[in-house]
Amino acid sequence: MIDTVGLVFVGFGLFFDLAGCLGLVRLPDVYNRLQASTKCVTLGTCSILFGTFLITGINGAGIKALLCIVFVALTSPVAAHAIARASHRGGVKLWKGTVVDRYAEDQEGEA
Amino acid sequence: MRALRWTLGAIVLIAVIVLIIHRPPAMPFFPDMPFAGFVTRALYILVLAALLVLFRIRKGPTAADRVMAIDILGVLIVGICAVVSIATQRSWYIDIAIAWALQSFIGALAFAKYLEGRSFDD
Repeated sequence: MIDTVGLVFVGFGLFFDLAGCLGLVRLPDVYNRLQASTKCVTLGTCSILFGTFLITGINGAGIKALLCIVFVALTSPVAAHAIARASHRGGVKLWKGTVVDRYAEDQEGEA
Repeated sequence: MRALRWTLGAIVLIAVIVLIIHRPPAMPFFPDMPFAGFVTRALYILVLAALLVLFRIRKGPTAADRVMAIDILGVLIVGICAVVSIATQRSWYIDIAIAWALQSFIGALAFAKYLEGRSFDD
């Protein structure tokens, strides 16, 4: 029973991983791609690791899987934010259909 | 033309996914382990996602695309390590996953600082 629940979690995570990578290919802009792929792939990988914890049970590998969930959920959004900020400051153009750019407005306000 | 390419790509992707789920194109990777069929299909789907990421690394117009795609590839490899550890019942694949997640994070931060145009001791 608990194995079946774990496999359902792994399948859920596989769906989100594939959807995130499809967004990485399809979307038009660095920032759009970053948003779609980072959120989907983080959720998918955390779900796969939680399914691993449920299948393995409470032993060394299961506790390490929970620890890996914590690491992925902490580090992946920080890395995505750093890359987005750096590419905006480095002068990567936004997509031509973008309607608002709060970061540029904020920098103009400070200057 | 654009709609034709979109439809063609969607049909090819759905056909590949249905082929993977219905009949995987090779023998199971771990034939004598529990969940062998499920783990084989899961590994094929993760490899398909990684191929999409590699396409973005190959094509990406700017350097930020490539750095972001490498970061996403690191997170996908963590998932692959977890699935392999389900199949083989060995715990050290999770150790590889933890080390890979931390190393990928540090690499992404270093590349972000390089993209911003600053030096490393700034």
